Amino acid sequence: MSETMAAGGTRTLQIWRGDLTSGQLVDYTLETEPGMVVLDAVLEIQRSQAPDLAVRWNCKAAKCGSCSAEVNGKPRLMCKTRLDHLPADEPITVEPMRAFPIIQDLVTDVSWNYEVNKKIIPFTPREDLPEGDYLIDQADTDRMSEFRKCIECFMCQDVCHILRDQRMHNKYYGPRFMVRLASLDMHPLDGIDRIDQIADEAGIGLCNITKCCTEVCPEGIHITDNAIIPLKERVVDARHDPILKIFKRNNTRPGKKKPEASA
Amino acid sequence: MTTVAPSPRRLGATMRRDKWWVQPVAIVTALTLFGIYSIVRIVLSKYYAITAGGAHLQSPFFSPDLPGIFSFKEFRPWAVLVLWAPLGMRSTCYYYRKSYYRSFFLAPPSCAVAGVARRKYTGETRFPFVLNNLHRFFFYAAALVVVFLWIDTVRGFFYHGDFGIGLGNVIMLVNVVCLSGFTFGCNSWRHIIGGKMNCFDCSAVARTRHKAWQKVSILNGKHMQWAWISMFTVGLTDLYIWLVSSGAFHDPHHVF
Amino acid sequence: MAIEHHDFDVLVLGSGGSGLRAAVAAAEAGAKTGLVCKSLLGKAHTVMAEGGLAASLGNVDPRDNWETHFQDTMFGGKYLNNWRMAELHAKEAPDRARELEHWGAVFDRTPDRKMSQRAFGGHTYKRLVHIGDRTGLEMIRTMQDKAVHSDIDIFMETTITRLIKDGDRVVGCFGYRRASGEQISFSSKALVVATGGSGRIYKITSNSQDCTGDGYALAYEAGAELVDMEFIQFHPTGMVYPPGVAGLLVTEAVRGEGGILRNALGERFMEKYDPKRMELSTRDVVARSIYTEVKEGRGTPHGGAYLDVSHLDSDYVRRKLPSMYDQFLELAGVDITKEPMQVGPTCHYFMGGIKVDPDTGETRVPGLYATGEASGGMNGANRLGGNSLGDLLVFGRRAGIGAAADANKLSAVALPAEELTAAQGEVDTYLNGSGTENPFQMHKDLQKIMGDGAGIFRDKEGLTEAISLLESLESRVDKLKSPSPRLEYNPGWQLCREVKNMLTVSLMIARGALMREESRGGHSRLDFTAYSDYWAENNIVVHSKGGYDMQLTPTPVFKRDELSELVEARKESEKAS
Repeated sequence: MSETMAAGGTRTLQIWRGDLTSGQLVDYTLETEPGMVVLDAVLEIQRSQAPDLAVRWNCKAAKCGSCSAEVNGKPRLMCKTRLDHLPADEPITVEPMRAFPIIQDLVTDVSWNYEVNKKIIPFTPREDLPEGDYLIDQADTDRMSEFRKCIECFMCQDVCHILRDQRMHNKYYGPRFMVRLASLDMHPLDGIDRIDQIADEAGIGLCNITKCCTEVCPEGIHITDNAIIPLKERVVDARHDPILKIFKRNNTRPGKKKPEASA
Repeated sequence: MTTVAPSPRRLGATMRRDKWWVQPVAIVTALTLFGIYSIVRIVLSKYYAITAGGAHLQSPFFSPDLPGIFSFKEFRPWAVLVLWAPLGMRSTCYYYRKSYYRSFFLAPPSCAVAGVARRKYTGETRFPFVLNNLHRFFFYAAALVVVFLWIDTVRGFFYHGDFGIGLGNVIMLVNVVCLSGFTFGCNSWRHIIGGKMNCFDCSAVARTRHKAWQKVSILNGKHMQWAWISMFTVGLTDLYIWLVSSGAFHDPHHVF
Repeated sequence: MAIEHHDFDVLVLGSGGSGLRAAVAAAEAGAKTGLVCKSLLGKAHTVMAEGGLAASLGNVDPRDNWETHFQDTMFGGKYLNNWRMAELHAKEAPDRARELEHWGAVFDRTPDRKMSQRAFGGHTYKRLVHIGDRTGLEMIRTMQDKAVHSDIDIFMETTITRLIKDGDRVVGCFGYRRASGEQISFSSKALVVATGGSGRIYKITSNSQDCTGDGYALAYEAGAELVDMEFIQFHPTGMVYPPGVAGLLVTEAVRGEGGILRNALGERFMEKYDPKRMELSTRDVVARSIYTEVKEGRGTPHGGAYLDVSHLDSDYVRRKLPSMYDQFLELAGVDITKEPMQVGPTCHYFMGGIKVDPDTGETRVPGLYATGEASGGMNGANRLGGNSLGDLLVFGRRAGIGAAADANKLSAVALPAEELTAAQGEVDTYLNGSGTENPFQMHKDLQKIMGDGAGIFRDKEGLTEAISLLESLESRVDKLKSPSPRLEYNPGWQLCREVKNMLTVSLMIARGALMREESRGGHSRLDFTAYSDYWAENNIVVHSKGGYDMQLTPTPVFKRDELSELVEARKESEKAS
């Protein structure tokens, strides 16, 4: 076993304190234990030095995706980032996610994501399914299951420059929901043709596949290669490929129906 | 939505401590050098085959040998008739898109580093970048070129009809393997071969395509590495043939 | 002062699996439905359920049927389960699993493309529908998407501090929005408590920080009965190192897939404790076995047992147990395909909870319903792995339907003004009162009391001590005050009421544990190590006599004649082996 785990020692955290109107980094120094993660340190600071420090967390096991923050400038789950994996000779900065409005300290208002999710039609079985148990192959399950690992930490949304820098929240759904659309569009029994939504409302054309979403995903989902690029190729099939256009009378795909306008 | 960011948002603003700028600088340098080299070779359009001693080693920049096949007098820069395919494939390739959007267009320069503030960001929805959606057609053309490169490589192992091994044909072999690894790891190809299906198990054809998709997925997983390696091998192979055919030195080989 | 107010037919507290399922069922039944969650939607503790959902589909082993599942559940619960609940659960779980799939859930498959099922402790056949080791996440995400498209109003990050009654009936509740601190009230013709358990009363727990027993305490204060509170499941395998992650769950699927337990001497010690089922014995047995090995000096360097999967194919381990592989590699620096894990017991699940009618989820308080871990009875003295995900679907749906049917019978309800004022006064006191008690410190004190006196092994002396220490906290709880008066996202303010809730729950546990003079399932007494014939037939039911004064009543187990044959058959076959 890892008996060699680095001993604790004194560390300094610079935590962003403030709200929507103003704020700054504040230094906190504490004694750490071996194996401590950033969230342990933040909660210890909350307990002993700054009882009003706002931080959102739940499971502390990297399964719920609540404690997303920017540690030393990079989006990280605080509960999964060990102090001894960060440079020992300098302070650790902890800031809230930048792509969303700040509520207080490290807590941001991520409700926009939930609004986006509402716009995505949930799984709707194809109309031509036989009676009885659903029959799905493990190969299809494996592909969808990667997307369904998403814990909705929204760090991909945070690092996506379309949301983070260009602030185009009204034009682009963001990587998390490309992943969700991929899991639905690739479901062998789903009966909705989601191409129009993917291309128009979700704005997949805005993605310039710079892959930062994939780099920060704590679940290791290949967001760009397995979700966004395949969806872009599906849009090409339906909209851009002149040869496929000749061979297809319309753009519907087998088993899939265009959603009703009201939906 | 209203947002106040914790710190100023000028170009390059970040709380990252690592040397995030090394990668974009390296990519700009490498792609620029390769671009300059390609232009020089296209403009030059000569010294592209080693024919001494019964050999025929054709440079990958100049394959297929269109003047030879169609018996027209070579003109400068005839190589553009060929090179549009592989260069088009590279410039619309999903990996290269990532690297030039980041390094040349600074959108973003690196993850969690502020990019150029634009009046209107349009991504790949407007000309010219919307044309990147035609990547698959460049793939088809580039794949055809790779077929010719394999023919060239096999031919390169024969001197007056006798089998022989030399530095030149081994370089060509390595190059064509790398180019194949890059070309057939293409994201569009991965989509066409099987990714576009929604049921991997619904027919015998689907099962076969699923297996092919899995294999392409393995190559695709290292698409970036194949892209860089093959860019260097293709440049070095051409440089070698240029130097030998212009008489700088001889291609060492042994005929059996 | 006017505060934000909403009217619903059915209001569900808690957005874990049972809350979501209840809300969906209520909305489908035509009720105007609201859902309140203390955190963001989709973050509830259900996401941490790993192993699977027990349902006798018989896809992998066609011999399986509801009768066997019922018998396994009863045997696992040491026959203290509510028979009707165990019956309903075993009968309905397969339909609930299929239904989830029809809502878009994706589970691992058998070679003939049906839902696959895996082996789990205490289950006779391979029974657990699963997807890798993140089945809970799959279920939550599926129901979350179902719920947001079911015309349900969802209130995220909203803390409820009090249920409000009009006479005998619960007619709504009061709380505040965490982000702004703004107060909010709800009126509801029927209210479903689906707030989960209270693992945070222990320091070493696999539970999420939200698990502070709010529903138990609110229902208790509203006059409901609770049952089986002394039974707490200590999951045998939690991480023991590093200190920051101590208690973090190591899924039972590790053992289901073939993991072996050894002590520091390299002995496969389960041979001593349960040679028949070995590592896949019921959780209470495995937890006590590990605890005993450590206590008798055969523990690992960090005070646990070794759990080893390194003899299995490493690709298989990474595919079947991906999050365990990541968890140990990231947090402990251990590659489980090469080295053994160190594990020890961690507080995991509350078998007990609010006493409900099995068919409708109704409590003895009109207008008040409960489901999931917040309700009690289904699991008896010990819960089988995989039965909780089935429980929350089966009884979540039933509570939603029950609440909607009740609501449809009423015209309108209103919140009595004086009740509302009292509730407002309480939260204001935590913020601006004259109290001096620090909630962070008191939480720590409470965890120590419970760990020392009412943990995995108990005795009269320890429990008596724990109860008197808890009683000494009663007066201090009223002096709790947030260290900061800020309204917006104030963690200390939040913790004040949670500590009060946890104190109520702790008292129920300790008092029940003192009363039950035997060892059974998730209740082990060092001074009464055997089963008692009397307690084999009785659950302890608790209700409030005012404040923290509790009435504990031994109550005969709820039986059904038509199931006697099945139960007796199982008892006979256990005796025979």
